[in-house]
Amino acid sequence: MWANMLLPLCVIPLIATVGVLLLPTRWSKVIALVSSLIGLILCIPIYLGFDSIQSQTMQWAISVPWIKSLGIRFAIGLDGLSFPLVLLTKLMMPVAVLASWNEQRHQKAFMACFLALDAAMTGTFLSTDIFFFYVFWEAMLIPMLLLIGVWGSDQRVFASLKFFIFTFFGSLLMLAAIFTVFVAAKAQTGVYSADIASLTKTMLSPEPLWWGLSVQDLVFWGFTIAFLIKVPIFPVHTWLPDAHVQAPTGGSILLAAVLLKMGTYGLLRFSIPFGNDSFFKFTPLIAILSLVGILYGAFVAFQQTDMKKLVAYSSVSHLGLVVLGICSRNPEGLTGAVIQNINHGLSTGALFFLVGFLYDQRHSRKFADYGGLASVLPWFSFFIVFVACSSMAVPGLNGFIGEFLILLGSFKAQKTWGMIAVLGVIFGALYTLTLVRKILFGPITSPENRNLKDLSLKDYLVLIPLSLLMLWIGFAPQGLLDKMKPSLENYWKNPVSAYADRSNGENPS
Amino acid sequence: MIMQIILAILLLSPLVGSLLNGLIIRSPSARLSGTIATVAALVSFLCAIVLTSSVMSGNIVEMSWLWFGAGSFKANWGFRFDQLTSVMALVVTGIGTLIHLYSVGYMSHEKSPFRYFAYLNLFLFQMSVLITSSNLVGLFVGWEGVGLCSYLLIGYWFEDPEKAKAGLKAFLVNRVGDAGFLVGMFICYQLFETLEFQAINSLIDTKTGFNLHLLNLMAFFLFVGATGKSAQVPLYVWLPDAMAGPTPVSALIHAATMVTSGIYLIVRLNPLFVVTLDTNLIIASVGLGTAVLAGLIATSQNDIKKVLAYSTVSQLGLMFLALGCRAYVAAIFHLVTHAFFKALLFLGAGSVIHALEGEQDILRMGGLRKKLPITFWTFAVATCAIAGIPPLAGFFSKDTILHFALMTNFSLWVGGAVVATLTAFYMFRMFSLTFLGTYRGTVHPHESPAVMWVPLAILAVASAVGGFLGVPHEFHFLPNYLEDFLSPVVPSYSFEGTSSLGAFEAMGITTGLALVSSALAVFLFSKAQRAGGVGKGFSPLRFVFSNKFWVDELYGIIIVKPFRLISQFLSSIFDPQIIDGGILFLAKAVRGMGGLVTLFQTGVVQFYLFLMLIGTVLIFWWFLKGWVI
Repeated sequence: MWANMLLPLCVIPLIATVGVLLLPTRWSKVIALVSSLIGLILCIPIYLGFDSIQSQTMQWAISVPWIKSLGIRFAIGLDGLSFPLVLLTKLMMPVAVLASWNEQRHQKAFMACFLALDAAMTGTFLSTDIFFFYVFWEAMLIPMLLLIGVWGSDQRVFASLKFFIFTFFGSLLMLAAIFTVFVAAKAQTGVYSADIASLTKTMLSPEPLWWGLSVQDLVFWGFTIAFLIKVPIFPVHTWLPDAHVQAPTGGSILLAAVLLKMGTYGLLRFSIPFGNDSFFKFTPLIAILSLVGILYGAFVAFQQTDMKKLVAYSSVSHLGLVVLGICSRNPEGLTGAVIQNINHGLSTGALFFLVGFLYDQRHSRKFADYGGLASVLPWFSFFIVFVACSSMAVPGLNGFIGEFLILLGSFKAQKTWGMIAVLGVIFGALYTLTLVRKILFGPITSPENRNLKDLSLKDYLVLIPLSLLMLWIGFAPQGLLDKMKPSLENYWKNPVSAYADRSNGENPS
Repeated sequence: MIMQIILAILLLSPLVGSLLNGLIIRSPSARLSGTIATVAALVSFLCAIVLTSSVMSGNIVEMSWLWFGAGSFKANWGFRFDQLTSVMALVVTGIGTLIHLYSVGYMSHEKSPFRYFAYLNLFLFQMSVLITSSNLVGLFVGWEGVGLCSYLLIGYWFEDPEKAKAGLKAFLVNRVGDAGFLVGMFICYQLFETLEFQAINSLIDTKTGFNLHLLNLMAFFLFVGATGKSAQVPLYVWLPDAMAGPTPVSALIHAATMVTSGIYLIVRLNPLFVVTLDTNLIIASVGLGTAVLAGLIATSQNDIKKVLAYSTVSQLGLMFLALGCRAYVAAIFHLVTHAFFKALLFLGAGSVIHALEGEQDILRMGGLRKKLPITFWTFAVATCAIAGIPPLAGFFSKDTILHFALMTNFSLWVGGAVVATLTAFYMFRMFSLTFLGTYRGTVHPHESPAVMWVPLAILAVASAVGGFLGVPHEFHFLPNYLEDFLSPVVPSYSFEGTSSLGAFEAMGITTGLALVSSALAVFLFSKAQRAGGVGKGFSPLRFVFSNKFWVDELYGIIIVKPFRLISQFLSSIFDPQIIDGGILFLAKAVRGMGGLVTLFQTGVVQFYLFLMLIGTVLIFWWFLKGWVI
């Protein structure tokens, strides 16, 4: 019976996609909302039923043979690494659907894209088979490409192609890495297997082969480049601002809240287990890139005149922090990174939702068109200040927990990293409060803004639960942390075993 | 158990008040929202009294539960109400209640007073968290929280872009300090593997072999945090701008409570700071430097609130001087008396501003003695108290600090004496220009309503007699209540130093200087008023002081401008042209190569056959080259 817990998460959005396509357009929105709400409700038994002590092993695992000769199986499962991200995906789906409630163009196709994206995202996190992981990973690209390219703003085609090419470039490198591992595993064990857990047991030589790089290094970078592009880390971040600015609100929400997390998830699930020695070797490089990203994102965000662009660059900064947490190679930093992943999803999702709220009424994302809204839109202002506090890590809200643990962890790993990353705390406040000031404070400059309507029921339905979650993670995160604790605490002892129990428990090196 | 519930009520009551006002009732009536907020503050104050009596009977209230942890790190929600907290809590909630009450009158003409009272209550909540927390992370929660409330309240009149900017500036400058605080915490965790005050303090006392260099660094970074919140050089620049907020806010947050959190932090960790001598030297120098600098600037400011703001910076500097001299009780003593008279001064200034319909320029005041009698008399008490005129509160507390400065280092005492002289001078200058002489304004002033003057009267009494809480040891016949009460958490450290000057001689000199400069200020500025020469005439010194040593301008050139330039360069040139441009160039290069390949797709069969032939020849050559050559 438990085996059926995860399957609906993936299957319901698929059925709903078909339903949306077959049934009349006027039902599209409703089907999408109902399907995503069912997904959210299903998360309750999953949250409660998830066995925290066993969070290192796959729970509710299903494994059905598919291509026997190649060892490919349809296999899904949930462990401590995927657990928070699956919940986040299911949480952000209704938010994205509600944010797109007023979308008029091709509603049917629009909602079908959303639902297909939902299925693909969920599948990516749940897959325990490397083949299916790759299929879902690529499948995600198509609906997102369409969302940006069809329903985006004026530069939508360029932005969607840029998004596609960047991500696809990474995907190809990853594919090469996957093949290498797949073949090497066959050579070592004698049978084909696509099970990620067994594949990670493959010995990849750390001996230098080519320009000082070993086979392991090449596999590591094959995966890592794909994931770092997705994160995105400096200097491969430039697809993100374009994609965010052009994407419709719902697309931006899912892009920021879920898709970027695939990058950090992938680092933990693939890069590090497959290339533990390489990760050790290249940690300083990745840490430096993430430190540059933290400060660079903040500097660039500060000067933006477009709200969405500001939020996009703030994502570069925040996700740099997440990668830094992973680079700290200790449980504090890792836990911080995982929590920060969720936090960024909540706060940036909410920020995009709020920006979309304004855009729906005024069709502008430029700061110059706003100012002084605090006197016209008191509740909107309340939520934007609240979300800003979460985003700039005011203690008591969720952002603080993640940021504090990451900084602590990185300080523990390398004092200079911690000291530099702390500067991000200052700059984070700078661009976030600049955003608040430019939208809310000062006199009302354009007369149209006097007639803006404050939040409606659907906005409250989104913002109140998100705010409560921010408070919950800020005040009492331990329940959530405990769910993932074993998998995070033991991750560095042996990154491979964090994924599945290794019978002999040896170190992969 | 009961006591723990009371502690919880102390903390939660203002939070509930804030939620009621801000989210639920949102009443446009200042009376209703003000009453809710004041009652919430009063409940806190009553709880503080009950808890203090419990502490006096030796029962320290504690509670603690896990907040979050990862790896070996654990952060607790931990609260502890001990002697030091009790002093702070009485000041914070007591003065807080009075200022809430006062605000009911002051904010009566506002259109959204509920917002103001919600922020004010929220501030009280955060401040209570700050002073009751039993560990550094919890203190940091309050620390950032009060900063946030300060930001919201400074920018309360957000329609004015200048005010919104002042709030932003305050928050950012504080964040610079907070970054230091975080680093201090990380070093602390590395050294002690805990962030609980009790554990840190007892570890320092019991365990030896700590790396003194790291201890000094930890102390230094925590002090950096303190310079932000407590407005010391180089981070004091936000406080004068913070005067953009409503005046009761200036009284509560920017004079009596929040800005003293840096002092509280250091006193809380006094066993650490006692051993970090190198850092203490920095603390004493920064404190004294700030006190002198701000005192000089205060002598030439004409905005009544700006004078008080610089005065606050200067007095906080004195407290840091005390901390640098390891005179922790003296610092707390001055913190308490300063809270009384500075809150009173600000509320008095608020009463004047309220009466003059928003006028803040003391050059356009004068002669308000008759028109605002209650304000005048209470203000006079506060002015005498801060100027150090015996036997008012400031006299005792300032003298205690100067005494310890003398015992530590003669030059520190000289500096302290200069500050005392300056204080008396600028305070009586402002006092004379505001209340003495003839009225130079145009509006008709009226005395404030009772909700406003009752708090003034209560604070005046406290400013007058507050000094008897901690009478210095030279007066053997009176007990030092504060020192005895605080001794379990803040022991008095013995001083080996001796000085050429006796305690009473030193006190005589500083008191004499204060009296002389007070008299001089009254004489100069009452007379100048009569001659109509106020603010006229040029003197190079005054030019420097009134321009505040151009510190803001300097920061503009060395920090803000470069930051903007870098940011502009990165966002408009580097990111689009170099990073993105580089990647697009690669993409174009790939497309160009694709174009090259398309050249071969001519569609002419003969051409393909020709290529095939070449290919075949090449393949044969490749395989046969070994034999042929």
